[in-house]
Amino acid sequence: MPPHPETWLKVTPAGLWCEPANLHIDPARAVPRAVITHAHSDHARPGHGAVLATPETLALMTRRLGEGRAGEVQQALRYGETLDVNGVRVTLRPAGHVLGSAQVVLEWQGARAVVSGDYTPRPQPTCAPFEPVACDLFVTEATFALPVFRHPPAEGEIARLLASLRVFPDRTHVVGVYALGKAQRLLALLRAAGYDAPIWLHGALAPMTEVYESFGQDFGDLRPATVANKDALRGAIVLAPPGAIQDRWARRLNDPVVALASGWMRVRQRAKSRGVELPLVISDHADWDELNATIDAVGAPEVWVTHGREEALIHACAQRGVRGRALHLIGRGEEDEATEAET
Amino acid sequence: MRAFADLLERLVFTPARGAKLALLRDWIATQPDPDRGIGLAAITGELSFSAAKPGLIRALAAERTDPVLFAWSYDYVGDLAETVSLIWPARAGGKAAAPSLAEVAETLATASKADLPRIVAGWLDALDASSRLALLKLITGGLRVGVSARLAKVALADHFGRPVDAIEEAWPAVDPPYLPLFRWLEGAAPQPRAIDAPVFRPLMLATPLEEGELAALDPAAYRAEWKWDGIRVQLVATRLGRKIWSRGGEEISSAFPEITEAMAGLHAVLDGELLVVRDGAVAPFADLQQRLNRKAVGPKLLRDHPCAVRLYDLLFEGEEDLRGLPFDARRARLEAWYARHRPLRMDLSPLVPFASWEELARLREGARAAAIEGLMLKRADSPYVAGRPKGPWFKWKRDPLTIDAVLMYAQRGHGKRSSFYSDYTFGLWRADGELVPVGKAYFGFTDQELAWLDRWIRNNTVNRFGPVREVEKALVLEIAFDAAQLSSRHKSGVALRFPRISRIRTDKPAGEADRLETLLALAENRPREAPLTASGTRGAVPPPAEREV
Repeated sequence: MPPHPETWLKVTPAGLWCEPANLHIDPARAVPRAVITHAHSDHARPGHGAVLATPETLALMTRRLGEGRAGEVQQALRYGETLDVNGVRVTLRPAGHVLGSAQVVLEWQGARAVVSGDYTPRPQPTCAPFEPVACDLFVTEATFALPVFRHPPAEGEIARLLASLRVFPDRTHVVGVYALGKAQRLLALLRAAGYDAPIWLHGALAPMTEVYESFGQDFGDLRPATVANKDALRGAIVLAPPGAIQDRWARRLNDPVVALASGWMRVRQRAKSRGVELPLVISDHADWDELNATIDAVGAPEVWVTHGREEALIHACAQRGVRGRALHLIGRGEEDEATEAET
Repeated sequence: MRAFADLLERLVFTPARGAKLALLRDWIATQPDPDRGIGLAAITGELSFSAAKPGLIRALAAERTDPVLFAWSYDYVGDLAETVSLIWPARAGGKAAAPSLAEVAETLATASKADLPRIVAGWLDALDASSRLALLKLITGGLRVGVSARLAKVALADHFGRPVDAIEEAWPAVDPPYLPLFRWLEGAAPQPRAIDAPVFRPLMLATPLEEGELAALDPAAYRAEWKWDGIRVQLVATRLGRKIWSRGGEEISSAFPEITEAMAGLHAVLDGELLVVRDGAVAPFADLQQRLNRKAVGPKLLRDHPCAVRLYDLLFEGEEDLRGLPFDARRARLEAWYARHRPLRMDLSPLVPFASWEELARLREGARAAAIEGLMLKRADSPYVAGRPKGPWFKWKRDPLTIDAVLMYAQRGHGKRSSFYSDYTFGLWRADGELVPVGKAYFGFTDQELAWLDRWIRNNTVNRFGPVREVEKALVLEIAFDAAQLSSRHKSGVALRFPRISRIRTDKPAGEADRLETLLALAENRPREAPLTASGTRGAVPPPAEREV
């Protein structure tokens, strides 16, 4: 009988820790040895000793945190490759969330645990598609774990943005997007919808976009919005961090339509309280149906929930005979809440 | 249905009138009949369904969802229709075709109550989440998107390049989905006409008088009236109906049943000021405010806040259009008409006789009654023309009162001002040394002053609450306002009318800002010995010592 996951996978103050391999997964503070699922700041913190991640994640982390701060030693592991760490087999599988995002598959004495990080089961054009992995323990996020969160197809939301440009041809359409992942996804979706005019970027979005481009992605004609004049931005699409779309930076825009691309935009009150004129429901997280379908697909008898609305997901697990446990990891989900805070 | 859902969604999140108009024009340009007319009627409230009660919606959701998950979801979303529209689970198997807006309207008009749950459930199965929300809001009669019938008419006028007055005239002759109206607008049919319908005619408005302009005007060419502090209305009584229109052309009849009742048997179009009047005395604007923005009005409010209309002008007598006559001639007709009919709840706004501008200025200075905002000057020979022509009519408001208050909180504005802290909460010192908020102001400053204030606020923030910043209690603002009213609804016990920023007093330390008692002493409804005279004027209250002219 394989050992129960609780005997070798533990929650420490720094986060989830695989004891036999002496590896932390997405630790909240600096540790000697870390596996990083993806480069968002609530998962990839600075100052670790050794860091194991996909080549894309290492590149994004290094660009975001600065040379030398994304692990003293970096070790790249491609999707599907396996590394033996003190008898624990470690494999990374695509999580579909952002470029390089991975689920960490840990195998120990016949037991298999999957730590999924953040994941997006529906395929999207800027990263490798999510692969469900059968396991004994599935560790999941629960950002949108309420049945009111069912993300509509992103293409339809892009169509709404383009329809708005038709009704307001002179107004700048400024879309609040997170710098890593959401920005590049919007770019790819706009190009896929046939929008071939220049797209203007806030300076904060450029570094992550350049890393995507260095991995072969082509977003067409991108221009810096920060130095553009009002006339050039008439009727243009501008992408900017959520904190900038209504603050002083936005004064350079021409009578802007303020849009925000986020799964939270599904709820009117959320959009209202942000003063958003065009909410776009585009999320890089699993919605309610996808969370539940993934739990069914991996077939794990036990599910641990790292952060989010765990009580609803655990309730839904219990109805199917799956044991759920809330980990209450500290510092998670801040990436999403960043869209709520003023910066 | 999806296009209608998109329109609603956009309107809900769009505060600017111009942008709302653009959205409506796009709807008019792109939607087929009859959906286009039904959609306009639904958002303006001309067409309303109350077929489904919230209980029905809740029961439908209970059949399809887990009660625990529903409760958590409702708790999170906070709105029943929205929760149900989002949580509604997809049905296995093929999707039925989504109903069109016209189908929904038609079915609701004919369906029996017993069939309703089955029909609504079928629609919810066939629609996406946004359309489900539009449907649920539509059938429970709660669209609330801030679009009036007048705005829809302006959008029609813009789109088809016709004067909005012509659309106003045609409007009473058509019903949703307004097919004859669209045929006329598209040039394929004559204008629909309802002879003698109680339609709105755009009002004639006055321009503000600059002090320096007086010298160039001949006092003998002008008539003066008090400018009453209520809301401008147009009363239209014909054989076909009685309506009260607001200044902007919104119908407000149902909120003032005592007035529509008093219009019974009349046949005229009148211009006047709607006021709360008790025992012949006009009450302060705050009293009228209790009556505004209501769909219906209860007996208690009718008894405690009775309304009347003070008449300024007569536009039509019977079917005779008097608008082309000079003011003096219309005034004579108004007085004769009034003497003949003596309608209840109406009186004449008296002319204020004067021989010179100096005399009129003295009269204006003396008028400090709650109900008087200042004076109106109207050229004796002016015809009644729609809009705000410069010259024939002036408003000469009395000088504002001022206090020096301390900035306490600032909030971001909306639309073009969303990057600026442009809404200011200010306070005065209480005797115990506490600073008490007394009002909010969001205009009165120049663009340069706004930029300065925005910078000051960002540099002097002590606390943040979402979009609101609490600032160092260090900046004195001179606040101008038209009147102060005692009010039990405010912590300070006093409410200001039209507060605005008149100056930034960087020269004044916060400790030397005004005290709350100073403001309370200016309140017009504070207990006093001398009662208001019948006309509501009073002359005995001196302006505060620190007042600037």
